[in-house]
Parts: sequence; C-alpha cells; structure tokens
Amino acid sequence: MARAPHPQEVHAPVWWWRARFRRPASPGDWVFQTIALLAALSLVGLLVAMTLYLLNAAWPAVTRFGLGFLTSSTWDPVQEVFGALPAVYGTLLTSAIAMLVAIPVSLGVAIFLAELAPPWLRAPASFLVEMLAAIPSVVLGLWGLFVMVPVIRDPVERWLGSSLGFLPLFQGPPFGVGFLAGGLILAIMALPIITAVARDTLAAVPSSQREAMLALGATRWEAISRAVLPYARSGIVAAGILGLGRALGETMAVTMVIGNGYQVTARLFAPGNTMASKIATEFNEASGDLYIGSLVELALVLFAITLMVNVVGRLLVRWTVAKARVGGQ
Amino acid sequence: MVMQEERTMEPQTTPGPATRGIVVQKLNAWYGPLQALRDVSLTILPNRVTSVIGPSGCGKSTFIRCLNRMHEVVPGARVQGKVLLDGEDIYAPGVDPVRVRRRVGMVFQRPNPFPTMSVFDNVAAGLRLNGLRRPGQMSDAVERALQQAALWDEVKDKLKQSGSALSGGQQQRLCIARALAVQPEVLLMDEPCSALDPVATSRIEDLVRALKERYTIVIVTHNMQQAARVSDMTAFLLMGDDRAGELIEYGQTRQMFTNPRDERTEAYITGRFG
Amino acid sequence: MTTDMQVYLRRRTTSYLMVGLCGLATLVAVSILLLVVGYTLVKGIAFLNLDFVTQTAQPLGEPGGGIRHEIIGTLVLVALASVLGIPVGLLAGAYLSEFGGGRTGLVVRLVADVLTGVPSVVVGIFVYVLVVQPMGTFSALSGGVALAIIMLPVVARTTEEMMRLVPATYREAALALGIPRWRMIVSVVMPGAMVGIVTGSMLGIARIAGETAPLIFTALGNRFGFAGLGQPIAAMPLQIWRYAVSAYDTWHQQAWAASFLLVMLVLVISITVRWLTSRRYH
Ligand SMILES: Nc1ncnc2c1ncn2[C@@H]1O[C@H](COP(=O)(O)OP(=O)(O)OP(=O)(O)O)[C@@H](O)[C@H]1O
Ligand SMILES: [Mg+2]
Repeated sequence: MARAPHPQEVHAPVWWWRARFRRPASPGDWVFQTIALLAALSLVGLLVAMTLYLLNAAWPAVTRFGLGFLTSSTWDPVQEVFGALPAVYGTLLTSAIAMLVAIPVSLGVAIFLAELAPPWLRAPASFLVEMLAAIPSVVLGLWGLFVMVPVIRDPVERWLGSSLGFLPLFQGPPFGVGFLAGGLILAIMALPIITAVARDTLAAVPSSQREAMLALGATRWEAISRAVLPYARSGIVAAGILGLGRALGETMAVTMVIGNGYQVTARLFAPGNTMASKIATEFNEASGDLYIGSLVELALVLFAITLMVNVVGRLLVRWTVAKARVGGQ
Repeated sequence: MVMQEERTMEPQTTPGPATRGIVVQKLNAWYGPLQALRDVSLTILPNRVTSVIGPSGCGKSTFIRCLNRMHEVVPGARVQGKVLLDGEDIYAPGVDPVRVRRRVGMVFQRPNPFPTMSVFDNVAAGLRLNGLRRPGQMSDAVERALQQAALWDEVKDKLKQSGSALSGGQQQRLCIARALAVQPEVLLMDEPCSALDPVATSRIEDLVRALKERYTIVIVTHNMQQAARVSDMTAFLLMGDDRAGELIEYGQTRQMFTNPRDERTEAYITGRFG
Repeated sequence: MTTDMQVYLRRRTTSYLMVGLCGLATLVAVSILLLVVGYTLVKGIAFLNLDFVTQTAQPLGEPGGGIRHEIIGTLVLVALASVLGIPVGLLAGAYLSEFGGGRTGLVVRLVADVLTGVPSVVVGIFVYVLVVQPMGTFSALSGGVALAIIMLPVVARTTEEMMRLVPATYREAALALGIPRWRMIVSVVMPGAMVGIVTGSMLGIARIAGETAPLIFTALGNRFGFAGLGQPIAAMPLQIWRYAVSAYDTWHQQAWAASFLLVMLVLVISITVRWLTSRRYH
C-alpha cells in the first residue's frame, strides 16, 4: 500500500506551485482545475446523494416502524409488517464465520507471499490470489451452489453434527445451503483483499526488524511471529476490517447459497438471509411504499454499517502507511 | 549456554591454536550477480577486539554478516568458503543457522529495537526464544545485560516504556544489551557508533574494552581513531577492480597504524585515500 | 542440557510446521481459483461452441440455444458505464494527483476509497430510486448508471496513482518551457501516465463486467434482445443467476458455459492490466 509521496510534497514547495498557478496568465488553468475539481467533488456528491435518496425512499418504513425495525423478526408482506432482525443477524453471523475462516488463512497466505516464498514464486502466486477477487460474485455463487454446497451437506455438516452435535451451533438437519455455506463463500470472497492488504503491510516492515530477531537466534517462524507480525499489527487489523467490509455487503454468491430462510437461530446449518440477499431476492417483487421502503431501509442500514467499517479500515491503512514511512529504516 | 556445554563434549575437529576463535578460509560472498567479497582468509582471536576498516562499500558489513550466517537472509545472497567457529564450519551442511546465531550475536549499524516491546521485553526477547520462563531468573538476566551495556542506571525506572522511546545512543546500547542477554561467545558490531554523539560513542568504546574479557568482539568502524583506541587486531578491506572486497592487510592494530606493510593501508589510514 | 535440546527441537518443529501451514494456505487459495475456473470449463463444455455465442435462447426442451442477447447486453452496459464513468473518473484522478495536496484532496480520496467499499446492491437500490422510479421503467440507461457509479472511484484512484508516478522532472521541464499548467497536465502528465490510465479503466471494467446485484433493480433483463437505452436490457451475469437457480439441467449447463466466458473476459482483462503495469517506468 505504500504510495509514492505526493509530487507536491516532495518535488516543489507548495508556494511555488501556487504562485505559478495563481498567475492570471492562463485562463485555461482555471478552467481545467475547476472542471477537475467538479469531477472530484462529484464523488463526494454521490455519497451525499446516496444517503439522502435512500433515506427519502426508506422514510415510510422509518416512520412506520422506528427503531423496532431493527429488533423485530416478522417479515410479512401481506400484513405489511416488516422487521429486519433476522437479516441483520444473518449478515453479522455469515460475516463472522467468514472472518473466522478468512483471517487466519489470508494471514497465512500473506506471510507466505511476503516472507517465505522463493522470489520466483512470489509474483505468480500473488497474481493468482488476486485473481480470486476477479471472479464475479455470481460465478462463485454458481460454483458454491453446485459444488461447495453438496460437500458441505455431506460430509462437512453430517460430520460436524455427529461429532459436535452437542453444541447448538451444529444441531438440526444438514441442508447444505444455510448460514455455514454463506459464511464460507464470503470467506472466499474476503480472502483476496485481506491477503493483499496484509501482504503489503508485511512487506513494508523494515528488514532490520526481521534481522534483529534472527540475529538473536530466532527461527524463521519466531522472527515472523515475534518481530514482523507485531510491527505490522495495525495494518493486519486494517486488512481484516476491509475484508469485513467486503463480506458484509456481498450479495449474489451469498444469495445463492444461504437458502432464503428468515430466522434468528444459533444453528449454522439452518437456511437464512442477509440484508443484501433479502434485498436481492425480494426487491423486484415488492410493491407498495411500505414494502419497498422497508427493503430500502435494509439497504440504508447496510450502507451505514459498511460505510463505518470502511472508513475505519481506510483510515487505519493510511495511518499505518504513514507510520511505516516515518519509522521505516 | 546450550552450545558451550555441548561443544566441550564434542571431539575437537581441528586441533592446534586455531581451535578457539574464528578461522575464515577463502570466503566469497555475492549479492545476486554482484560479488561483494573475494577470497578473504583470516583468523579472529578469542577474547580480543578485532576491528574491520575500509572505505564505504568495500564489504565490511557483508564480511561480518557472513560470520553469523546473516548474509544469506538477504534474498539472492550467496556464500562460499569456510568459517570455522571454534573448529566447526558454520557453513557445513546440516548446520542450523539458528544455532550459529545463538552463539554469535550481532549489533547492527542502525539501532533497531523492537518498537512494540518494552525496554525489558527487548532485552528479554532472546531469552524468551530459548524457553527461559522463570520471572526471577529473567529479571536477573535482563538487569545483568543492561548493566553490562552500561544502560541500567538510565533505564531502570522506565523498563516498561517502549524501546523506541529512548534516545539514539540509549537505543544502540539497548540493542547491545539485547545481544548480550543470551550470552553469546562472539559479538559482531557493525558501526555501532555511526549514529551517536561523542559522549555516547565513548561510552560504547569503554563498553567494548570491558566486554572483551568475556567475549570475542568484531567491530566494523569508519573511524580510524576508534579502531586504534579499542581494537587489538585490525583487518583492512578494499574493493578490487570488479568492486569485490578483498583483504589487503591484517595484523596487530598497533603495528598496522604505526608501520603498515601495504602502501594502500598507509594511504587509507593517513587519509590520503582516493 | 537435554531440556535445552528439547526446547530447540520443539522450536524448530514449530517453525517448520507454521511455514508449512502458510504454504498450505496459499495452496488452498490458489486451488479454489483453479477449481472454480476448471468447473466452469468442464460443466459448461457442452455449450462452449460458436452457436452459444451467436444464437439466442431456445425454449425449454429444444436443443441448442445461446446467449447472444446477453452478450450484447453486457457489452452495451459496459460501454455505457465506461462512457459515463471513465471521463469523470479520469478528471477526478487528475485533480487528486495534480491539485489534491490539500484538505479537499484528502477528503475526496477518503470518499473515493469508501465508495469503492459501498456494496453494489446498495448502489443498485440507489439508482433504482434515482433513475428507475422517475423514468417509470427499468432500463439499460439505469443499469449503465449503476455500473458507472461502481467503476468511478476505481478509475479515479488508479488514475491518480498512475499520474503520480510520472517523474517530476517531466513536469518541471514542461513548466520551464513556459506552457500553462493544464497543457502540461494534458500533454505531458496524462500521456506519460497513459498506460496507467488505460489500466485504471480496464480495472474498472473488470470490476463491473460481472456485477449482478445492481442490475436486478435497474437493467432487469430482457429475453427479446436490445430494444434501446430506455428499455430493459439483458446481461450475462443476470442470466447466469436466473439459469443457476432454475430447475433445469440444460439451463445449469448454460449457466456454467456463460460463466466460463465471463470469467475468461475478466481474467484476460486482469492479465492484460498486469502485463501493462509490470512494464511501467523501468
Ligand atoms: N542487500 C544488498 N543487495 C545488493 N547489494 C548489496 C546489498 N548490500 C550491500 N550490497 C553491495 O555489496 C557491497 C558491499 O556492501 P557492504 O554493505 O558490505 O559495504 P560496507 O563496507 O559495509 O559499506 P559501509 O561502510 O557504507 O557500510 C556494496 O557494493 C553494496 O552495494
Ligand atoms: Mg556497512
């Protein structure tokens, strides 16, 4: 993630640019900068518009259900009573499963790519892992539905049910589709971004840290776990947060394997829904301001959650990079 | 500790006076295609201070990094030749670099404490690797190492602070304490004073003189006076035509600084060097 | 002494074990990629022929059938999104790179990063409210707008990064000749960053070519071919989804075959991007 410093920071004093730029000699400069500024501000405008439009469309549901929207489990289009709890729960549960699986695996991959792989293997292996992020969600969903779900049903769920069935988590019939399948497919989708960010922070750790530990007689793994990982910890946390941001909002793949249930349950094999999948499956059939408004409110909640997660993650990445640039030797 | 006990029980492979200390035979080192050292052979005496001098880029750091197998940590780096540590070749097949580095400690050119650890934990880091757990033993060992590094009085009240919160000179002494804590046999120091002011420098020089009672010390320095002040033996390296470092002269420091055998040594020492 | 030896052996074993596990994790990640791509090929092979690309869908029970409408639809949507998204993205990237040193730049940069993380399904709903509702109909146009919004921050950020890589000496040399700054940017920095800018646009395209969720509420899909920007339009990802969740085996096969084409499209773009970026400024 380490970026080249901004040209204005290094190559010329800002006042020099400004002095040059403010000269009224070229109206072209003014026009160009204004147009570019407008384009840049359009991004900000987009974010603001998104918030306002979603809020407006969700308003019927917001005023009708208030905070109860988030705590009620009923979703009844006929009676026009809508509660989001199972969807919110589904999103959190599947994302938690995804993080539980994806963070250790991604960290292992990142460590391998940044620290362990022989140089000739680094670039191609990194590329292949990044390509995982390029597979369209719907294709991964197709694969999940026809290849992964049967394997999850039997042997994974059958085995978990028979050996760990005393835990509520692993009780109930093995459907294959359900929270577990949704979480695992999300793990696959979050893996590339976690790996990429973690790998970049690990690569930015000054080699003097690694060498200091090795020179004390540390093994390879000890140098990594005791010197490199602690040094890179904030970047690793950021990687996890960005991965979480990805998992929370993923739609198609989850929609295809989560089984379209609507319940709050500890049973991981049970079919469920996430906010995103609920929207994707029902939006086009929805009619009436309240039904549509409720689905838009789901989108709004999802938007707010991912926004917070991403802002925190991005700021953390920036802070880490800045720190590495100052502290790096 | 491990190694010392073990070593005394093993049959000595090379008998004679060269058994203790470090014998370097025809050492060559590369960074990828670039040869950084050519055919360096010398014997480093135990319980003496040996300084390595030479112009920038002549391979001083590379040389001492070859003595504890840190050279191979750089991607693409390669070593050829023999380095006998108390008679055993550290580059022999089957020798684990982890065990070599446990016996040959290193202090780097720039202080590199672990910023996420406290002062105490920095010094304890090496001991923890070796499975030392008992808190009493640990704090004794840490205090001893900090005393040896002449840092104890300055940090005894801030053992819990981060290692990077110390001044540059204190950080370097912290790194020395960290290396001493595991009680190595040999201590390699790569320009330990290059980032320090004169006061801190003279403290570290005192330290080096005091430490040679117990350790074999190899110190890289750019400072002729420093080499003359602290070392018993001096090795002078210079780049050959293809920029690979070669050993030009090796001998007693006093003799080398008063009466060098090679005119290039004389030119370098007297500052008349191109 | 024995215990010291035991400690050492345990440390060495742990190290080997953890190094092995990290390698294994990488192997798993890479195999998932190969498995997914491999399955689309094997399962879709029955339909991977020229007819599949050139023909339109057949009614159930009749052999053959293709996804011509869907391919055309995806091309139209991607083109539309590019036309809407790339110019704005380029200009925003130019702003960030050339004028973005101050607080505005900082905010815009963060907003762009955050927009990249907004779930595409939310963008779809936003465009539904913004375009589909006022127009009163699902349409190719709204689909293009949704995809454009998704690719915009990607293009902006990549363009910025790439323009920054243009050496300062180029800029200074141009300014020293006395030409205005905007000319310098347009005729020196942008061409210098051309490869990077193309890369950014291609990354944006790779990102949207497979998007499904936002199209459900905007482009909708259309079994009868392209009927203008104001009408619903077909798209490959949408069709893959509908085929996948259907009950018919031949539709499943077509979903696999279409997935293979889509994956190949995205992979080819990504590999080209990789190839282009690996050659910049050497
Ligand atoms: N990591 C590396 N990769 C490639 N080449 C290197 C690396 N480290 C050193 N070199 C090269 O090896 C040669 C010797 O370097 P070395 O660091 O040993 O010199 P030095 O004598 O310690 O110099 P200084 O006094 O400046 O520290 C130099 O030509 C240097 O460019
Ligand atoms: Mg050096």
